[in-house]
Amino acid sequence: MLTLLSEIFSYSFLVRALIVGSLVALCAALLGVSLVLKRYSMIGDGLSHVGFGALSIAMAMNAAPLAVAIPIVIIAAFLLLRISQNSRLGGDSAIALIASASLAAGVLVTSLTSGLNADVYSYMFGSILAMSDGDVYLSLSLAAVVLMLFIVFYNRIFAITFDESFARATGIRVSRYNMLLALLTALTIVIGMRIMGTMLISGLIIFPALTAMRVCRSFRGVVITSAVISVFAFFTGMVLSYALRTPAGASIVAVNALLFCVFATVGKIAKR
Amino acid sequence: MALKENKTENDVLIRCKDLALGYETGVVLADVNFTVHAGDYLCIVGENGSGKSTLIKALLGLLQPRSGEIAFSGVSAREIGYLPQQTALQKDFPASVYEVVLSGCANGLGRAPFYGKAQHARASANLARLGIAELAKASYRTLSGGQQQRVLLARALCATTKLLLLDEPVAALDPIATNDLYTLIQRLNREEGITVIMVSHDVSCALHDATHVLQLSEHGVAFFGTAAAYRKSPTGARFLRCACTDYPRIRFGVWEEE
Repeated sequence: MLTLLSEIFSYSFLVRALIVGSLVALCAALLGVSLVLKRYSMIGDGLSHVGFGALSIAMAMNAAPLAVAIPIVIIAAFLLLRISQNSRLGGDSAIALIASASLAAGVLVTSLTSGLNADVYSYMFGSILAMSDGDVYLSLSLAAVVLMLFIVFYNRIFAITFDESFARATGIRVSRYNMLLALLTALTIVIGMRIMGTMLISGLIIFPALTAMRVCRSFRGVVITSAVISVFAFFTGMVLSYALRTPAGASIVAVNALLFCVFATVGKIAKR
Repeated sequence: MALKENKTENDVLIRCKDLALGYETGVVLADVNFTVHAGDYLCIVGENGSGKSTLIKALLGLLQPRSGEIAFSGVSAREIGYLPQQTALQKDFPASVYEVVLSGCANGLGRAPFYGKAQHARASANLARLGIAELAKASYRTLSGGQQQRVLLARALCATTKLLLLDEPVAALDPIATNDLYTLIQRLNREEGITVIMVSHDVSCALHDATHVLQLSEHGVAFFGTAAAYRKSPTGARFLRCACTDYPRIRFGVWEEE
């Protein structure tokens, strides 16, 4: 085990992926608690599909992937947030429409230009080779911003997550905080989707929160536990992926799924 | 009854004058005039779609009046202890009772990120006040409907010292819990002098506990006055009769055997 770990740490690209991934996993878990509890899980899924479309377009235009994807996904995040809040439009089906349309757009653009090649495959299912030094700095600053905002606004985030009507009545500007959540989610998804893959990044947001909710009784407990679970699952998944030569994103989600089953069982037993 | 009669101008908390409310789609309520004095227990009744929720939004300052005004004195829209209707997503929300109650102090946060000692003391005091201190560490989702409403009432009390605004507080409760909650609200009103505005379908509260009744009907106010006058008025008599046939089993706040 130790030799395995020291082997992993001897590759600089793996170290980069571990740093970026752990930070993204941490941010995703924190944002995920609020998204899951507000029934916005679909936003994460929708955004990752939009991210795929954006990356494909960036590749076709020979542009820097993040420079194209970040603004597109942020705009999509605000749009999806609006749609989810307006239940009359049938929020979940509208998100599904946008998701599949972006996926189709991405596939069409790539097949018309470079064709569906290994690059596209790595966008869909992730690649640990994709991380540059720039990504490391970007994810470090993202994680710092998300952590700081989450701690500073923790009490307000709790208030708007638990009860928007009451929060509004006490003078909290609910829509501003919702937009902040959507913005940070968009950034987390764009940075994380290149390791995890656009098809799997939403698992990183949804799983840790749901897993923690199986056993924790308080909001603070859920937040801390899901952060720990998320980073642990990311790290374990990466080690497994190295040892078994499996794709990183899928291995990480598999660890998350396994943890969910364990926690769900523990929760059921503890309830009795 | 320890009701203060002959309320003076100084006791006025809220005065709605020629108020008209609505959305882009049109006017919902017009010519709304009523006054709430300190210590009142006002029950707002009306059928679905009569504008009860719109009036609540306006009182909370979340909807600007189209015309007319809502004047507050001695209390601001931010200092109303609001008890909203429960949402489905709250029912299995992982939060401790203490976390929920403490969040009622959010209007006192100002720019500070965290709650101070005074706010923690306030939360604990309100838990004790409603007799749920021993539930502080319990998870909100494991509580019964009645206990959950008590927790939300404690949270509302953290946000106010004067005025509670309750939106259908007994909607999801069984008759025994309904009775408990009414007794509790009545105690807060009579013994602690907290002004209560309650929106309700259940007119038994209008009969038993309220001092004043505001009945909304399509586009306006059908009745405003004391509860005693309401019972005698033709509008009130008609509404009470309909409502009681709607809810025969909980008419008196207790189970009626079939």
